[in-house]
Amino acid sequence: MKTYKTLTTIALAGIVVVLGACASNGGQSDKVSRDKAIALMKRDFKATGIAGLERLDEDQVQATCNHSGNNPPSDELIRLQQEQLATIKLPADGNLMGDWKNGEKIAQNGRGFTWRDKPGNAPGGGCYNCHQIGPNEASFGSIGTSLYQFGKIRGYTAEMQKYVYSKIYNAKAFNLCSEMPRFGYVGALSEAQIKDLVALLMDPESEVNK
Amino acid sequence: MKTLKALVAMCGLLIAANASAQSAVSEEFQKFRSIMEEDNPAELFEAIGEEYWYTKAGPRNASLEACDLGLGPGVIKGAYAQMPRYFADVDQIMDAETRIVHCMETLQGFSHEEVTKQPFSNDKGTPNHVSVLTYVASQSKGMPIALPQSHPKEREAYAVGKEMFNYRAGPYDFSCATCHGTEGKRIRMQDLPNLTTRDGAAKSVLGWPGYRITGGRMLTLQWRMNDCFRQQRFPQPKYVSEAVSVLLTYMGVTANGTMYTGPGIKR
Repeated sequence: MKTYKTLTTIALAGIVVVLGACASNGGQSDKVSRDKAIALMKRDFKATGIAGLERLDEDQVQATCNHSGNNPPSDELIRLQQEQLATIKLPADGNLMGDWKNGEKIAQNGRGFTWRDKPGNAPGGGCYNCHQIGPNEASFGSIGTSLYQFGKIRGYTAEMQKYVYSKIYNAKAFNLCSEMPRFGYVGALSEAQIKDLVALLMDPESEVNK
Repeated sequence: MKTLKALVAMCGLLIAANASAQSAVSEEFQKFRSIMEEDNPAELFEAIGEEYWYTKAGPRNASLEACDLGLGPGVIKGAYAQMPRYFADVDQIMDAETRIVHCMETLQGFSHEEVTKQPFSNDKGTPNHVSVLTYVASQSKGMPIALPQSHPKEREAYAVGKEMFNYRAGPYDFSCATCHGTEGKRIRMQDLPNLTTRDGAAKSVLGWPGYRITGGRMLTLQWRMNDCFRQQRFPQPKYVSEAVSVLLTYMGVTANGTMYTGPGIKR
């Protein structure tokens, strides 16, 4: 019986450790050390190309996630998510679907916003860096969930189109400390590019849904 | 008993899920790497670095033999595996690369601009300080990673480095932890070590400095941090700045106790 108890304890401890590792960032941040880290970076980093030092400044969402170890108090979380939701600009004509083939190209392209990128270069979505998407691309990352057969599984509804458009535009409106960038909000992807990505996931003809 | 069986099975599943995340491609590269490490081109740079260490150079026509890497002037054995660390003469944290550059300035009389004009290996060649670093690193092969935490500034560097690691900013809201804070993740096919755990953090130390087959270049941890911050869409860390040493302190201390295997090989 003693062995049984010990094994159970070990097994439970193992699960806690594994699950703990699944949560992004452990624990709260220490303000004194954080302030020193920010001051040190501001002193020791230099602006290069399009990557200016202002990139080291936190906006409200980043600050809240940084301060709380990505686990903000619920009232602040709800308030900030609502603010982020209000930033989303849906296309004026109400059409959220573009060309899925072009969407695939945007999903493949991970360029943009680094100090080597030129100001005029349109960034890609870099979607495959983190997500499984189409059936013909085996080189996909696993930081995000699989999007394979997205529309087929979730339904080709107008509501789902709107959700996908909004999520790509500003992922922080739905999960404040999500790892996913706010592609529309920061001006990385244009309205037309986001529409193409919506089509990649939501067009029944898209290879994603075959 | 049923519960126990279920728990054991669950643990098995969790372990299996973790193992399958290791892609076949990366397993193949591991095999390739272990063959290549028998005859690593990094050894060439170790030899060049060793020769430079004893050669008189610079405006003061001095060798680097009196360079103090933290264990006393001229002591190289085991020094790399115990850096970054606090140096009283400059009252700051320095990693091995920063310290070697510092020695070339103070002992040989080079200006900071001269030494750091070409910080990293490129088509033009491998800078002397990179070869020296490779030599110094080779002299810690087979020794445990043992960054000191006895000085208050070393403990502070760990705490500040940890905050830097988790600090989200820039246009994509990325921190180091976005990619390196969770177990078993990949960017495309590339496995991402979880640098918040001991074994994960060991991967941030092991294999560096490393000979990269693509381009045939000897690359250092300062280079690796520079390229990470580029992909993080941050501005650029200045070469051999204290900020980089502080970040490396957090990862190095987390890796403490694992064995340093010497200069490595990269794809």
